[in-house]
Amino acid sequence: MKGFWPVFAKELYVMFMSPIFYVVAFFFLLVSGVFFNYILAQVIMVSFQIAQRPELAREFSMMELFLRSFLWNLSVVMLFVAPLLTMRLYAEERKSGTIELLYTYPVTDAAALAGKFAACVTTFALLIAATLPGVIAVALVSAPAWKLILCGYIGLFLLGSAFLSLGAFASTLTRNQIISAIITFGLLLVLWFIGEAQSTAGSLLGSILEYVSMSKHFEGLSKGLVDSRDILFYVVFSAFFLFLSLRQISSYRWRG
Amino acid sequence: MIEARGLTKFFGSIGAIKNVSFQIDKGEVVGFLGPNGAGKSTAIRILTCYMPPSAGTAAVEGFDIMENSLQIRQRVGYLPESVPLYHDLTVNRFLRFAAGSKGVEAKRMNAEISRVISACGLEKDANRIIRNLSKGFRQRVGLAQALLNDPSVLILDEPTIGLDPTQIIEIRRLIKELSQRRTILLSSHILPEVAQLCRRVIIINKGEIVATDSPENLTSQLQKTVKIVLEVTGPGREFAQAIENMAGVQKVSLETNGTSRLVIETDPATDMRPEIAAMAVQRGCGLLELRTMQLSLEDIFMQLVTEEPSGEGAES
Repeated sequence: MKGFWPVFAKELYVMFMSPIFYVVAFFFLLVSGVFFNYILAQVIMVSFQIAQRPELAREFSMMELFLRSFLWNLSVVMLFVAPLLTMRLYAEERKSGTIELLYTYPVTDAAALAGKFAACVTTFALLIAATLPGVIAVALVSAPAWKLILCGYIGLFLLGSAFLSLGAFASTLTRNQIISAIITFGLLLVLWFIGEAQSTAGSLLGSILEYVSMSKHFEGLSKGLVDSRDILFYVVFSAFFLFLSLRQISSYRWRG
Repeated sequence: MIEARGLTKFFGSIGAIKNVSFQIDKGEVVGFLGPNGAGKSTAIRILTCYMPPSAGTAAVEGFDIMENSLQIRQRVGYLPESVPLYHDLTVNRFLRFAAGSKGVEAKRMNAEISRVISACGLEKDANRIIRNLSKGFRQRVGLAQALLNDPSVLILDEPTIGLDPTQIIEIRRLIKELSQRRTILLSSHILPEVAQLCRRVIIINKGEIVATDSPENLTSQLQKTVKIVLEVTGPGREFAQAIENMAGVQKVSLETNGTSRLVIETDPATDMRPEIAAMAVQRGCGLLELRTMQLSLEDIFMQLVTEEPSGEGAES
């Protein structure tokens, strides 16, 4: 992995120097704040109603309901955020010609890709970490469900990494950042909603569609249910798209 | 040391370079000369491991471009033709990235960066964002990144293009300094530059090497006649006639403009200047100027790239 750290540091630096990051972060935090406020109000209303019916109250966890709805909404916001974080990764290097530097420095293609991807994942992790204080505050005043929160955020992190790996691949396909973002967004949207088609498809096709759906695998994690199949799905998904990216990057050399 | 054997590169069906072979020894400074689109950059990009050749092989410092590209990239400093730089970074930050990528350790990092910054005269601009630098300064940043980690081979693709005359002189001086203990391959279409800097030139045209030799040897090889310029006072028609009748003189052309200016083409075997001077004295003409006209690298270049490279002994 020769050259990972310099590429990682440079990518993070460029990310935090670019206005795109600040615009994306501003709207991400604004939207997540609005959801936070709205969902919390809803959950409080529901818990008041349930409190009047003790037979239901025993099974009700306010924290679980709140966290599930909140993370679910954050994951949808991520559909929009991921393409914006990854669109410049390779598209910009190829457009500006700096890929010629990267290719002639003693840095392996895999290290460069890993550095770029890790920088995106780090940025994304910072963004979701910024939503944590609110969630922790809710946990402190209600039930301190730390395991639930940890599990939910690990799920969101894995989901986001899968989104970003697809985005990284899209950015290797074109020199145009906008096209790269559109491809990412389109593919993510298809893979997000493809599970919905399960009910109308046959049983075999239906189970395949359910399996490749990115949202179905998040259902358990957002409820705090750790299933190794869901975790494996996101890890394999990310590895697959990173592998495709690597093949694509190596093929530029041949095509000139 | 750089060794290319039969390098060929096709882009689709278009052959950018065809069967290019040459050798550059350790410590040599070699100029790669050719008109635009001749295949200079393609050959350079193959040698720097940016792209693989369609056929043929090359070795840099004894490493094969296909098998050991990382070792080559570790030892070669490369300035690409278009000087691509990360425009969002400051000069310092960019050089830090380049040095890190080239494997400069953290403890040597600052010293190495300040070394190249001062070598390229960028001290005042180290904290400026590259986007805001002028073309000449970007060129210097490009050169600075090539010098990081003290590479034993420098490959510079058109290093002085787009610079103003003072900057060109500075960059040339810098290249001269660097050439003390490095192998340098530089491409250019500016001929005097190559003549000044390089002990050997490789002339490439339409993807093929048409000549490889020192500028002086190329000149003497290609010189079919020696031209002598003579300027005398007074009308010189008769005088010109007399000179034309001398043995060894092939052609005389005369220009009269108050004084008479003659361009005399003579056989390269003998130096005719003493005889011509004697003739002028004998005829009572006031001698104003007498010199041989050197065939410049430009003339050679034009001959090589406009004529078919057959005969002439241009092939080496």
